[in-house]
Amino acid sequence: MKKHEYPDLGETLYEEVLPNGLSVLVAVKPGFRKNAAFFATRYGGADRRFKVNGEWIDTPAGVAHFLEHKMFDMPDGRNVLSDFAALGASPNAFTGAGLTAYYFTGSENFMDNLRLLLTYVSTPYYTDESVAKEQGIIAQEIRMGEDSPGYAGYFQLMSALYDRHPIRENIAGSVESIAQITPETLYHCHSVFYHPSNMALCCVGDVDPEAIAAAAREILPDTPGEKPERDYGAPETLLPGRKRVEKTMSVSAPQFLLGVKLPYLSDGAARERQKLLAELAGECLLGKSSAFYNDLYAKGLLTGDFSVENDSAAGTAALFFGAQSRDPDAVAEAVHEAVSGVALHGLDKDALERCRRAKYGRLLGSLDSFSAYAVSLAESRLDGWNALDAFAALESVTLAECEAFLCENLTRERLALSVIRPNA
Amino acid sequence: MEYFREELFPCVSLTAVQTDKFKTGCLTAYLLTQLRRETAAENALLPYVLRRGTKSLPDMRRISGRLDALYGAEIEPSVRKLGEIQAVGFHAGFAEDAFLPGETDVLGEVISLLGELWLSPATRGGLFLPAHVDSEREKLVERIERVKNDKRSWAFQRLRENMCAFEDYAVGAYGTADEAGSVHYVKLTKHYKELLATSPMEFFYCGSRPGKEVADMLREAFALLPRGEIDLDLGTDIRMNAVEEKPRYFTEEDEVSQGVLAVGFRLGECMDDPDPAKLAVFNAVYGAGVSSKLFLHVREKLSLCYYAFSSTDVLKGIMAVLSGIEFDKYGEALGEILAQLDAVRAGDISETELAAARRTVANDLRTGADSPNYLADFYLRETVQGTDASPDDIAALAETVTAEDVAAVARGVELDAVYFLRGEDAETE
Repeated sequence: MKKHEYPDLGETLYEEVLPNGLSVLVAVKPGFRKNAAFFATRYGGADRRFKVNGEWIDTPAGVAHFLEHKMFDMPDGRNVLSDFAALGASPNAFTGAGLTAYYFTGSENFMDNLRLLLTYVSTPYYTDESVAKEQGIIAQEIRMGEDSPGYAGYFQLMSALYDRHPIRENIAGSVESIAQITPETLYHCHSVFYHPSNMALCCVGDVDPEAIAAAAREILPDTPGEKPERDYGAPETLLPGRKRVEKTMSVSAPQFLLGVKLPYLSDGAARERQKLLAELAGECLLGKSSAFYNDLYAKGLLTGDFSVENDSAAGTAALFFGAQSRDPDAVAEAVHEAVSGVALHGLDKDALERCRRAKYGRLLGSLDSFSAYAVSLAESRLDGWNALDAFAALESVTLAECEAFLCENLTRERLALSVIRPNA
Repeated sequence: MEYFREELFPCVSLTAVQTDKFKTGCLTAYLLTQLRRETAAENALLPYVLRRGTKSLPDMRRISGRLDALYGAEIEPSVRKLGEIQAVGFHAGFAEDAFLPGETDVLGEVISLLGELWLSPATRGGLFLPAHVDSEREKLVERIERVKNDKRSWAFQRLRENMCAFEDYAVGAYGTADEAGSVHYVKLTKHYKELLATSPMEFFYCGSRPGKEVADMLREAFALLPRGEIDLDLGTDIRMNAVEEKPRYFTEEDEVSQGVLAVGFRLGECMDDPDPAKLAVFNAVYGAGVSSKLFLHVREKLSLCYYAFSSTDVLKGIMAVLSGIEFDKYGEALGEILAQLDAVRAGDISETELAAARRTVANDLRTGADSPNYLADFYLRETVQGTDASPDDIAALAETVTAEDVAAVARGVELDAVYFLRGEDAETE
């Protein structure tokens, strides 16, 4: 395996692309008892239309997530969750808009756990009965999301920002859409997206990289599959479909999320750099140490939970700002004013340097969380960049770029506002 | 990892774990007080008001700017409820110098800022600034009310409020909105001075510096900490049995699409001499994790829910089961939750179940030791309980727990109250 040293960060990374196309990345952390392995595929809630055996098929909303739930059943009737428990590991999985990941964290029996992970994720087994049973469980997961203002506010915003792109819909689908899922749908999805060349295996801990690669070679198919062809619909403009969306729920105070679509850059490293640039510029103008935030906090319009975040998945990129506020429209107006201020006076150079340091520290901290670290390794690899290059990319962002980014992208025409208001 | 504990001033102690494994370190500083309805909100407000400004950094923006320059160090107000003890203070997280460019002493700066936050607040005429107190009071009320936004937490809170109506435990970590709304800046300043002088204080540090060195740094930064007669009368009143002979049932309605069932129990007999390893393995067999009875039966077998799990509060001797279900599945879900507890009581625990539970508990404890925040929480709880076992000690004990130990814990557990949050005008059986 190829070894990369990052002496400034105290990190060592091993990597190899196996003959079957699987990317294997291992961050070796001497002295830790904890270990984690993530096995991820570039397939998520937004991948609804794709080619199987030369023909385009459309799948119901929520199928990637449904498939994730059903991967744990084995042909001999076992549920591998119990196998992991017997080995002392904590298994789990999640589905995003463009990625599904299966993982475990543990402290012993690492290689046994790893072999189990590789085996079950590459063994599809679905029956009418098991699909029907899961519909009840997932229906309750969907209901739970419906009652969560954070979740509801996010998808309300996505449906306002995007006209057609499937990213606008709930990843888990709806109770109605998942009722259309059959074992055949799941087998199709597995065959198209769960082959090694569309996947990455990322491990973190005091583990042996060569043994990991050897296990992957032994357990997974030898040859690469076909590159999946997917269709997200006709490209969208950068303008939101709707500029303001609102609904009422049982909440204590209004919650809001402001968002803007960003250009989707074709190069992975450029996308990652844009993400860092967007977050750094956003934090400098609107973050905890900005005049904007402190002014609105003192006026009682913002609370301590205000956040700035950039998301990129399934051919989309967007920047979000959200919090609880008694007057979300006043906050949106203040954002517009702050951006106008950048056009007139620029950003404060010293403040930007402080924000850059803060971001550096937070990136560094994310290397302590095995899960966050492994996820960023997997995401970056499947998206065509390298997670540990973020530190250098952050250093390269300039003041002029941040100013230009804010003035070009955070305009009145481009920003959309999603509000969840208390009922009654 | 080197464990270190030392008393810095009367009833002010530091617990430290030295390790150079992490990129970031953490430092917490809490005053410990008795949780009471009348004072909880006032206590909870304190760190938030202190965080608004110090003598040298008189507003929040300057504090945030300083922390940004320290590579995104965080010093955030933190309010915890540990049984019926309320801990109020700050949680700091910061990058280790070894991984930062140039010469830095982030820990030194964090400790000095922490000392300033506690001991040199921004004041006028010796009193907190009314603008700071008014604004934080409003945010505290919002913080207390927003629990409602997470229906699972809300149902859990309503269960505690109903089940423990006659105990201080019913009060949340931040106190009540009514009490919070009436805090006044003059009274709060007086309360601050009193609390600072009379409460035990606990520091926890995890990072690359030796405990002895951190102790010296804290001694210097907190040299002016007033120490009067310390209130050592802190503790939790453990109720061994259900409040009434028969379980109490509570139902409330809200605009929700999913019902949330919260079932409250007293842990009972095992609280005579609580054994953390036995309790944790019991909880894992019954309702925590993917090999538990609640997961395998209520979710996997009956498809009634996405989540059904139990959690215990060993400081108070309480267990709760939470599950999100269709409104009309109330009876079926509750029946199964209780039936599974009966199965544990009867000793219906397979070898596989027991082995998985023991391993899961031991694994969680051992991997927890690889997280500074986990250790901070673990040792604060140990201190409050007056014990000093390490995660490894308890992990080793967990591996020796027997099926009979688990069944014995379960036999002492008593159902006390059931709370159900359901939709407005929902049909239930």
